[in-house]
Amino acid sequence: MSSPTSVATDTLVEIRGLSKSYWRGSEEIRVFADIDLDIHRGEFLALMGPSGSGKSTLLNIVAGLDHPTSGSVVVEGQDIARMSSRQLATWRSTHVGFIFQFYNLLPVLTAAQNVELPLLLTHLGKKERREHVLAALDLVGLSDRAEHFPGQLSGGQQQRVGIARAVVSDPTIILGDEPTGDLDATSGSEVLDLLERLSGEFGKTILMVTHDPNAAARAKATMHMDKGVLTR
Amino acid sequence: MTVGGLIRANLFRNKKRTFLTVASVAVAFFLYGVLRSVTTTLDAAAAVGSEARLVTSNASGITFTLPEAHANRLRSVPGVTSVSWSNWFGGYYRDPQDFFAQFAIKAESYLAMYPEIQITAGDREAFLRERTAALVGVGLLEKYGWQVGQTITLKGTIFSGDWEFVIRAAYTPAEAAYGDENMFFHYEYLYERTNGQITPGWFVVALDRPESAADIAATIDAQFKNSTAPTKTETERAFQAGFVTMWGNIGFLVRAIGTAVFFAILLVAANTMMMAVRERIGEIAVLKTVGFTDGAVAGLVIVESLLIALVGGALGLALAWSTFQGRNPMQAFFPGNGVTTGTTLLGFGLALLLGMISGAVPALQSARLSVTSALRRVA
Ligand SMILES: Nc1ncnc2c1ncn2[C@@H]1O[C@H](COP(=O)(O)OP(=O)(O)OP(=O)(O)O)[C@@H](O)[C@H]1O
Ligand SMILES: [Mg+2]
Repeated sequence: MSSPTSVATDTLVEIRGLSKSYWRGSEEIRVFADIDLDIHRGEFLALMGPSGSGKSTLLNIVAGLDHPTSGSVVVEGQDIARMSSRQLATWRSTHVGFIFQFYNLLPVLTAAQNVELPLLLTHLGKKERREHVLAALDLVGLSDRAEHFPGQLSGGQQQRVGIARAVVSDPTIILGDEPTGDLDATSGSEVLDLLERLSGEFGKTILMVTHDPNAAARAKATMHMDKGVLTR
Repeated sequence: MTVGGLIRANLFRNKKRTFLTVASVAVAFFLYGVLRSVTTTLDAAAAVGSEARLVTSNASGITFTLPEAHANRLRSVPGVTSVSWSNWFGGYYRDPQDFFAQFAIKAESYLAMYPEIQITAGDREAFLRERTAALVGVGLLEKYGWQVGQTITLKGTIFSGDWEFVIRAAYTPAEAAYGDENMFFHYEYLYERTNGQITPGWFVVALDRPESAADIAATIDAQFKNSTAPTKTETERAFQAGFVTMWGNIGFLVRAIGTAVFFAILLVAANTMMMAVRERIGEIAVLKTVGFTDGAVAGLVIVESLLIALVGGALGLALAWSTFQGRNPMQAFFPGNGVTTGTTLLGFGLALLLGMISGAVPALQSARLSVTSALRRVA
């Protein structure tokens, strides 16, 4: 993992004039329009806002999972808004660690195998992959659960495996869509502890969508999205 | 873990369903293997007779006999080197269900004409010497546990009564397709036991130049056209093929059944893959999120369906193959039957096709799946 950094002025993601609309027939349903946003390296950002305001949509575009209607999303000099889906897939594998609200672990794979998934796309050998997986599981405190299947783990533990999967390939940015949304306060707090550590100790850049003000308070800054307008 | 491990995990996710699908594919390919072997065997049987020998039978059908006097006139046809004849006996040994073919032959000339019947000189003499002697294929010896020198009793069906024969010789066929479950005995024995009521069933005519077979056949039939017993002459191969077509349009039937089974199983396999993919939408979205390309997830689905089809196909073909191993029920009718290399190769080709087609739609679905809408659906 990259060394800790305190340089918060270095821009990692530069979003300019970003718009997203859906069409129902000829009727345009505008989610947001003309959004500008800079995300700095090492920043831990929370994104709040009412349901349906477009938080997930924005997050998915930054994750390279969705295409904007217009505008640019430049990450480390590359405009991902202009990439093909194939290019985006490859880009995601090295740049994005995604944490889902419902953990989304593959039930047929063990915790270790789930964490290993992103590494299958790398050139790492079996032994190296194993080392990375164990390091990631160790980071989230689940070394002893490596061979457990998701069904044998609690929600909080599953989400920690999800975090291990998100960080195992050392991505440029970690994105979470309500990562504590399905957890009780204690488990949610453990997950937030982890995210704080990733940000503080490892200098990871994190963007997290949340409905919970307590969760948002753990981030270094909070943005609000409402009726398609983003305020910082 | 590897990508292979991921495919394995997916296959074993629902063991019962995977097993049932593989089993139904196996059953389909077992059917395919057996049915196609029936057609290849029939085709081989139709091609077994010689092109260098003619068979002259009664123009009214092979159940009608011909006057023995025809033999002399056949011998005088230019191009004919020798003439022999044979009758269908149609008896059985102990069990009427247990079929094998017996022919009453004009022995000396018949054996001279059939290099397919391999027999030692000593055995040949022993067989020719004795009126009630029988010459049997080694397969028959094995099947009934007979020994040379043994007296056996056959029950006649066309020629009623108990018929005793002494096995004096055994033959090995020069080629498997000729069969080793035939029995030959003397025409004279049949003639005497029926008090001279019998005449030759069909004549076998050897030629000096096989390429003129068609002309000679025409000459023969023209000669007997206005006799008391008009003839139908054709090459032995065509004559054999005529027997085989008595099996009717089995080839067509088999192909029709085979095609129907293939499509039925295609639907089963395709349905399995669709279900497998439908319940995995969230997981496919995860794979794409971590960087698997559309092509990669489609590949995973295709490989999975190919594995189901190929494993099922291999099992079914192996089962069909073992059905025809050793002495099997078709041996007496169609010697040398079995699953041919062509059948096996075509089978694997079909399995491959089955895997591709059944996996195509779900593979395309997973390739096209949008991560954002999939996650929305799952959440
Ligand atoms: N495929 C789609 N077609 C049409 N409209 C869509 C589609 N996807 C999202 N939307 C709309 O875009 C808007 C923003 O959705 P989004 O999921 O980003 O909201 P959100 O802020 O994440 O809400 P929540 O807090 O409930 O998760 C919503 O009004 C939604 O209905
Ligand atoms: Mg959302």
